[in-house]
Amino acid sequence: MRKFIKYSFVDLIQSYWTILYFVFFLVVTSTILYFSADMTKSIVSMMNIVLVLIPLVSIVFGAIYYYNSREFTELLLAQPVRRRSLILGQYSGLALSLSISFTAGITIPFILKGIFASEHLPDFLLILLAGIGLSFSMSAIAYATALKHENKILGFGISLFIWFFLAVLYDGLILILLILFKEYPTDSLAIVLTFLNPIDLSRVMIMLGLDIAALMGYTGALFLKFFGSFTGIAISVFSVLCWIAIPSFLMVRIANNKDF
Amino acid sequence: MIEIKGLHKYYGNHHVLKDINLDIGEPGIYAILGPNGSGKSTLLKSIIGLVNPRQGTISVNGISVAGTHAYRNEISYLPQIARFPDNLRVFELIRLIKEIRNEEADESELVNLFQVESDIRKRLRNLSGGTRQKVNMILGFLFDTPYLILDEPTISLDPVSLTKFRKIISEKKEQGKIIIYTTHIMNLVEELSDHIILLLEGRIIFKGGLKDIYGKTGSSSLENAISMLVDKNGK
Amino acid sequence: MYRLCSILINILLCASVSGGVLEVGQNKAHGTLKRAISQAHTGDTLLVYPGTYREGTIEVDKPLVIIGKDQPVLDGELTYGILRVLSDSVVIRGLTLKDVGISYVDDLAAIRLVKSKHCTIESNRLINAFFGIYLERSTDCIIRNNHVLGYSEHEMNSGNAIHLWYSSRNLIEGNHAEGHRDGIYLEFVDNSTVKNNLVENNLRYGLHFMFSDDDYYQGNTFVSNGAGVAVMFSKNIRMEDNDFLDNWGSSSYGLLLKDITDSEIRNNRFNKNTIGIYAEGALRINITGNDFIRNGWAINMLGSCNDNTVHSNNFLHNTFEVTTNSKRNHNNYDGNYWSDNTGSYDLDRDGVSDVPYRPVKLFSFMIANMESSTILMRSLLVDLINHAEKMAPVITPHNLMDHIPLMKQVEHD
Repeated sequence: MRKFIKYSFVDLIQSYWTILYFVFFLVVTSTILYFSADMTKSIVSMMNIVLVLIPLVSIVFGAIYYYNSREFTELLLAQPVRRRSLILGQYSGLALSLSISFTAGITIPFILKGIFASEHLPDFLLILLAGIGLSFSMSAIAYATALKHENKILGFGISLFIWFFLAVLYDGLILILLILFKEYPTDSLAIVLTFLNPIDLSRVMIMLGLDIAALMGYTGALFLKFFGSFTGIAISVFSVLCWIAIPSFLMVRIANNKDF
Repeated sequence: MIEIKGLHKYYGNHHVLKDINLDIGEPGIYAILGPNGSGKSTLLKSIIGLVNPRQGTISVNGISVAGTHAYRNEISYLPQIARFPDNLRVFELIRLIKEIRNEEADESELVNLFQVESDIRKRLRNLSGGTRQKVNMILGFLFDTPYLILDEPTISLDPVSLTKFRKIISEKKEQGKIIIYTTHIMNLVEELSDHIILLLEGRIIFKGGLKDIYGKTGSSSLENAISMLVDKNGK
Repeated sequence: MYRLCSILINILLCASVSGGVLEVGQNKAHGTLKRAISQAHTGDTLLVYPGTYREGTIEVDKPLVIIGKDQPVLDGELTYGILRVLSDSVVIRGLTLKDVGISYVDDLAAIRLVKSKHCTIESNRLINAFFGIYLERSTDCIIRNNHVLGYSEHEMNSGNAIHLWYSSRNLIEGNHAEGHRDGIYLEFVDNSTVKNNLVENNLRYGLHFMFSDDDYYQGNTFVSNGAGVAVMFSKNIRMEDNDFLDNWGSSSYGLLLKDITDSEIRNNRFNKNTIGIYAEGALRINITGNDFIRNGWAINMLGSCNDNTVHSNNFLHNTFEVTTNSKRNHNNYDGNYWSDNTGSYDLDRDGVSDVPYRPVKLFSFMIANMESSTILMRSLLVDLINHAEKMAPVITPHNLMDHIPLMKQVEHD
């Protein structure tokens, strides 16, 4: 598997798209840091970009990468290798190169701005972790979807719908549920639903740092207590890992039953 | 020895391979022929393990291949379409394949033969279609394996390369290897092949030597012989 | 002016009238405070030497200066109130008073002034007092540089650090009040000044006004109290240069205003409170030149508030800037700087955005009605809903807006 991670990483890290992605984060982060009066505002802006854009780019990029390397994958599969190693290797190389572009793109400007001496260091690290987690989970979803659907347009369509669902619709559904069950205590429901969506989970983790004062209100304090507790953090980490592991598992299953 | 027994394959509801039975044991060159969509590529892909059979078994050297991968050490495969990672260089690609197969090989002879020395450090995205096909050939013939499976190997080769291709194939045959390939070029088949397998709508309608096909149809040209067999077995 | 005169007179009285010095201590002329007081004459000074004095409640019934040398300890043995001042012009300085009894009938205090005038309570340490310093119908007194430290855990059985009742024209300055129910409690207290105190970790309020008018508090710091300051049923209160920090909790405010009129809130800093200012029944309040930084809600102004002005303040990175529970707005929010105002532009370069700004988010209404929707904070969906509401207000008050939002932060201090 290491060989495949290496090759797809080496291939991708030199691609125009990866470089563009890196430059994009570099420029946007620098611009935000330059124009915002202070770090808090920059952190909030970065959070919005990370939560919306990383899932979208990871999904699109994941699908493109699979469809583009379709024929080469076939050639590799004709070699004495396990399908599982190849597919997981390619996916890991992809997720790694996305994560590294993103990490380098936002870290360089923040370091130059002195993030390590700032009280916002934890917020920044959370954003970084959330971005990496989202890169891995969303590109896994895209890769599994693309493997499942040979038809590119269908594959892209489904991937984009998954993004839209997780980024916007899902929260709408939560809202509707909360309104429907307004008469009942819905706090635990809200917590459980949050764990089921990687974008929401990332958002809540970052929010805990940024809106600590507001969260001290009654229900908010409950969330703060839960997500801030050891159990909360453990479940969060576990949930993120699930969001990487389950699509990866599906990816392998789909690949094993697939005709190339 | 490649043995295929009772092989069936469906794509959805489409029955692509119907009850294929083949024994390929005798060294030589096997041409798999048939109209477009008759299942030639699917048959090759089934042997190499890219396609999972619905029913039936395939074994190589007496061992069933289902779910295994080690047997592919014995096989070289040349895919129909050559597309490689855009950003790798040619030598990196060759090195990669060697690493993956965990097998040493010397490509210099092939590189010389196909005259791609000057391209060896170029990125694959900057190569012309023809050069890419040559790279594909190099990868296909790089390893010394008892079996070679070639899917439409000649499709975008220039006449010079085609000649070289013939030369390599003949050499491999001399060395006692089994070469299985698909093609549409009949004079190539007449010139090179020892055995012919003719597929129609997923079914083998003829297998045997070149002479047998002439004998069976009474035709002197392969093209005619095949048309006759196809017409006879068609609806 | 009057207050200044009274302070001067106080000092002069102490200095000029003082006659002899009575030493109190184990091997001194007087073994107990009680004996010394009974033998002292008006204006005498009691010099209390180090030691622990367990004398129950000590009454001071004549103008005396009681000075502790190296913080002698007066112990209430968890049973008594300690000093009970019944005379004018008493000075109490440099004592440590500890372990006052808890009573649900009497408000036992470490130092209690009853109907006294011109007294000075200064540089004392009060530890584990039920009530610390308690002024009852006492005027023109100074409470300065005392440290009142309590260990209260429940509001029900705890008292206030500094408690004034029907006591006007007093100065409370430079004290450190912590760990009580209220840090400083003023009921029916007029014309008094509270300045430069540090008030922290009190269960209920840092500073609490009830039915008190014409007061001034300035330069205080209120940290981590249930609420920083509560001003209730009062008028003409001036609040300037105070820091309200980290007052966190479900009903936690930097500043709680309830039925208060004609007051000034100027140049204060509200930092990381769950709610910066919570106002209910507030009339004609002028909120000017304050910084609201990283609060949950900078201002929650209920529908019962009218004719208030919010002007020249900086609203920086609050989760919510302004919220209300009403569809109508009768207050003025013009001319502030809002860090969330991202749609501002200034083509005519007059320092004021050319488009008005609505600081109320629909989502704050949602949270008020449905607390668990907090979990959706900062989601794309909520941003979209907030934007839609700002374009065409349906639920939020349509006229609650800053018509002249500032392009840059207000510089003050």
